[in-house]
Amino acid sequence: MMKLAKKDILGIQDMTTDEISLILETAESFLEISTREIKKVPTLRGKSVINLFYEASTRTRTSFEIAGKRLSADTINISTSTSSVVKGETLLDTARTLEAMNPDIIVLRHSAAGTPHMLARMVKQSIINAGDGAHEHPSQALLDMMTIREKKGRIAGLKVAIVGDILHSRVARSNIYGLTKMGASVAVAGPATMMPIHIERMGVRAFTTIEEAIADADVVMMLRIQLERQKQNIFPSLREYSRHYCLSRRHMKLTRPDAIVMHPGPINRGVEISPDIADDPACSVILDQVNHGVAVRMAMLYLLSGGNE
Amino acid sequence: MKLLLKGARVIDPSRSLDAPMDVLVEGGKIAGCKPGIKAPPGARVLELAGMIVTPGLIDMHTHLREPGFEYRETIASGSAAAVAGGFTSIACMPNTRPVNDNRSVTEFILRKAAEANLANVYPIGAISMGSEGRQMTEYWDLKEAGVVALSDDGNPVMDAALMRRAMEYAHSLGLPVIQHCEDKNLSAGGLMNEGYQATLLGLPGIPSIAEDVMVARDILIAEYSGTRIHFAHVSTSGSVRLIRDAKKRGLRVTAETAPHYFTLTDESLRDYDTNYKVSPPLRSDADVSAVKEGLADGTLDVIACDHAPHGRTDKEVEFEYAANGISGLETSLGLSLGLVQEGVLSWPELIAKMSVNPARILNLPKGTLAKGADADITVIHPDLVWRVDPGSFRSLGKNSPFSGRRLQGRAVLSIVGGDIKYDGRTSRT
Repeated sequence: MMKLAKKDILGIQDMTTDEISLILETAESFLEISTREIKKVPTLRGKSVINLFYEASTRTRTSFEIAGKRLSADTINISTSTSSVVKGETLLDTARTLEAMNPDIIVLRHSAAGTPHMLARMVKQSIINAGDGAHEHPSQALLDMMTIREKKGRIAGLKVAIVGDILHSRVARSNIYGLTKMGASVAVAGPATMMPIHIERMGVRAFTTIEEAIADADVVMMLRIQLERQKQNIFPSLREYSRHYCLSRRHMKLTRPDAIVMHPGPINRGVEISPDIADDPACSVILDQVNHGVAVRMAMLYLLSGGNE
Repeated sequence: MKLLLKGARVIDPSRSLDAPMDVLVEGGKIAGCKPGIKAPPGARVLELAGMIVTPGLIDMHTHLREPGFEYRETIASGSAAAVAGGFTSIACMPNTRPVNDNRSVTEFILRKAAEANLANVYPIGAISMGSEGRQMTEYWDLKEAGVVALSDDGNPVMDAALMRRAMEYAHSLGLPVIQHCEDKNLSAGGLMNEGYQATLLGLPGIPSIAEDVMVARDILIAEYSGTRIHFAHVSTSGSVRLIRDAKKRGLRVTAETAPHYFTLTDESLRDYDTNYKVSPPLRSDADVSAVKEGLADGTLDVIACDHAPHGRTDKEVEFEYAANGISGLETSLGLSLGLVQEGVLSWPELIAKMSVNPARILNLPKGTLAKGADADITVIHPDLVWRVDPGSFRSLGKNSPFSGRRLQGRAVLSIVGGDIKYDGRTSRT
């Protein structure tokens, strides 16, 4: 097996296709562990992983925690409500304090883009970016790619549509990097106010209607709409948004007949995805994504800990 | 003390002078400026062959941070940085704590500057109380206390009616009004230039129109009311075009830019290095080109530092929380000389933008080597190649994105009122 020659996993932007494939293949080999009666292997025994979450998260934090525990690592969770953050300590001091306790890996979630990069420069531990602002969310893109690979057998040559608030989405950015690197053709769609400037230069086609983006798509990826954006006049109302951008049964006539539907969760039923699509086992792979999330994060922790050396 | 500066190339744009000459200083004034001056008895003679002698450089946009933020800069440390960068006069923005919105703060600044006794310090007063954009300050009183201009700088006046009244009232007193142009609604939440880089980095953007909209508005106000306006740190191609057009129509509009706006683009932010975080933000290649064109054709009258020193605690934080600003007094001349080396500006054009032009805008009796003028002189070594080392800055603000950059040319002597306030002829590398 190849080694991941990296100290940190900060984003998909600076990953090679070989590195992406290595993580996906490793994750695929870990998938089986989660189906055992005793869901634990001793691989990372004696390693400690700190989940440092400066932003509320249930699924990503739980997924990283379970991933660590299934590999027998000691996982410690720090979230804003319980840590020194509320006492006004700087990230720099928090990082140095944690560093002095000698963990092996720090998994960081932060609302400010670029914070994992800063932390990676400051401490000797490996940093995994678990989502930084609207920048990147590499573990999400990796689990999405793993899901696509499982369902479609490949990524290269597929047509993928990403629909929603592209401007504020780290999921969209990481997936655009990953999917285009792996040879997929990516289209994005959303209201003009949710479309980042010059997005086409990332190698995607950009549309303002869902219909244009999902035409003949093999994969439709819906993004979560955050209600607070309404206050910033990014969109007028959930009502208007859902009438034009909510993925529903009628849209599935436009895609490839065997198209799969993805969502990073948590979903707003009836806002960006209609319940009958979200719950339709014929197309929805949302829960497979969650399952693959654990395996991908196991692979990330494993490979950053030195892999099989 | 008598001082004779011998053998240098003298560039004095106030009199369209560019020739080998000697400059004699007596009693703090320029006593003569012509070839072949004989040293009078008791004069100290400085042999300056190969050097360039100019009127003392003036920075019309400096943040001295005192009172209130003395860990970032004091009036003394900022003055020391000024003379080390070749500036004999600086005008300081009012965003201290308390804000320079009343006579007592102005007097405090002038007293501290006199104690420091390095550069001439000219306070800029606030347009509105607390720079909050509501109530006008006492312009008459501030002028009597010594302010040379009015600005709310980083808190631009969003209320067009207040801006109009401020410009009219200030104009009647002969006080220039300086606007940092940024429509706060358009820039709200923004952390960098809105462009492809912001898209890649996932950082909220500040569109160029946030600047352009206010430039356009203030040009209209100046035209309507027959008053003057000076635009701080112009960063966009749109602003350059608007100001060029306004000047063509004969309006009394002046403008400055800062070295980082003709040196760096938003691509520098790739690694989220907070030293590149500045307001207005670093813009695109096209904006950099437009700023250079604006400098070359005279649209932009002045190069100002926008010296914005910060402490480590202001910059060693998440990008989103980091303070805006670059510590610029000690790199400005070196970076600006890059424009001469590139052929964008001639030597006299550059010196004009850093001496006589800001003096004229602020109505200062400075920026000239004419006989009888205050003996404020900068001596520049045009060939000296040096490497920027923020650790060696006199400024308390070590926040420079230019750390490690090789620059050609720097000030080696700064003379203020006939006294040598900085002599870097031997110790510099």
